[in-house]
Amino acid sequence: MTLAGWLLMTSSVGFVVGLSIFCFTRVLRSSAPGEHLHAPLDIDTHEKDD
Amino acid sequence: MSAARQAREHWSTKLGVILAVAGSAVGLGNFLRFPGRAALYGGGAFMIPYFISLLILGIPICWVEWTLGRHGGRHGFNSAPGVFSVVWPSAVSRCFGAMAVLIPIVIYMYYVFIEAWCLGYAWSYLTGAIAPGADPASYQAYFADRFNSYIGVAEDGALFHGFAPALVAVVVCYMLNFILIYRGLSKGIETFSKWAMPALVTAALVILVRVLTLGTPNPALPEQNVINALGFMWNPKPIGESTNIWAVLANPQVWLEAAGQIFFTLSVGFGIIISYASYLKPDDDVVLSGLTATAANEFCEVCLGGLITIPAAFLFLGAAPLTAVVGSTIGLGFHAVPVTFEYLPFGQLFGFLWFGLLFLAAITSSVSMLQPAIAFLEDGFDMGRRSAMAVLGFITATGTLLVVYFSKDTVALDVMDFWVGTALMVVLALFEVILFGWVLGVDEGLREANRGSDLQIPGFFGPIIRYVCPAYLIAILGAFVYQSFPTQARAVAERPVALVTVTFILFVFTFLWLLTHLAARRWERERGRVR
Repeated sequence: MTLAGWLLMTSSVGFVVGLSIFCFTRVLRSSAPGEHLHAPLDIDTHEKDD
Repeated sequence: MSAARQAREHWSTKLGVILAVAGSAVGLGNFLRFPGRAALYGGGAFMIPYFISLLILGIPICWVEWTLGRHGGRHGFNSAPGVFSVVWPSAVSRCFGAMAVLIPIVIYMYYVFIEAWCLGYAWSYLTGAIAPGADPASYQAYFADRFNSYIGVAEDGALFHGFAPALVAVVVCYMLNFILIYRGLSKGIETFSKWAMPALVTAALVILVRVLTLGTPNPALPEQNVINALGFMWNPKPIGESTNIWAVLANPQVWLEAAGQIFFTLSVGFGIIISYASYLKPDDDVVLSGLTATAANEFCEVCLGGLITIPAAFLFLGAAPLTAVVGSTIGLGFHAVPVTFEYLPFGQLFGFLWFGLLFLAAITSSVSMLQPAIAFLEDGFDMGRRSAMAVLGFITATGTLLVVYFSKDTVALDVMDFWVGTALMVVLALFEVILFGWVLGVDEGLREANRGSDLQIPGFFGPIIRYVCPAYLIAILGAFVYQSFPTQARAVAERPVALVTVTFILFVFTFLWLLTHLAARRWERERGRVR
């Protein structure tokens, strides 16, 4: 494997892993218990209308 | 607007919707198409146009779809025809709305067949039904023959002569998909995605660790080692007449392939993200959620697909045989990779894990393809979920039957994949960015996107969405038309099966267009009553 190959592989994987860690950390922090949880499902499937 | 329309389902958690969207995006393309494209078009050099396309095409279009979806959901619509009619009530919108329903259901028709292959192979590995014998020289031929007979490539209707495991697998896949969709958005799709996505990533990580710790599996062939295997995938290499990496980057074909891969891997232009995002609450985040779903998809593609598929195949096949199949998704996944399991200790287990992983990737995508049409029938005709499923089941089963019956050389499958799964997706995405950037207005669009979001879209994405995305999509579309349209059009004219398939697609599109018109008239009447 060439030096360029190593550089491209590690930078590609590093960028994606970094982006994933950043995003999931922000999501999990912002989804504190109770926050963003919706009320019990208000599903209206209209089954009775059939 | 009917009061009933305002009381639809919602996602129960933010992580749930992210995993559902990521599950929709992560499919066979992440593990088979991406590594093949990268190895074929410059190796590591491919990643430069790939990431640039991600930044200026993939991520912006994702945000467009999430924003349009939530915007339409605020007005009580959960399907693209309704969402488009909110932004631009017009006949043009209705046409593209029908297209946004057509695309996922036609893709479902053939995708569920491919999903059935993965399920069938996983089952075969689990039960020990795959036995290529003791002669390694015959492995590749064995797997090619097995695959061809499994899917009935020899003649049309081959799977209807006697017992065909692939048909049983198709029926099982249909039942699983429709059970999940019947359970609803939160209890079905969301719950399943929360379980399936971690399982998929875990299976992939187990395989990845095994591949990267193989060292030099055959001491008689020292050049076939892990480092060289990674090099085959990641070393920048010339293509065609290119002589160096800069010549690769100057090749427009590489840029088009990279943009196409980004476009298809993120499932933009499907109509699915719009439908999913419409079930968000009006002030739920879309920017961070969209970016996170994209990151999850990229993790599966670059970190798992990019490090598993090609290196594993290289270790046991070597460079020359691998080069022969690397451009074919099916060749790589069903002919080449299974050979590697024959050399591995516990190969049967790893074969099961590999095809189980592909099956999970496929079903999380296929189940999402049903939701836009279900949502449209509910939106447009106040249909119950059971009735909507019956209508959708009939339409999709007819199309799948067409694909399964006309199995010779997979003509029907290829025709649907080209005209709907490739060309129409780009057309729909082009309409969406124009709708966002020019009809809604890019400033209003960005304001709408940033409302309630945990992350703000940087301002420079405005001009990117307004100018760069449409130009890039037009270039991709132009390249498709220039490179593939004459061949595909000739195939339709010369091959009766291709003509039958295109006629069927047109018939379904006409039916959906008619339904969209009827639904739009109903929505107009409701708006009149509200006024």
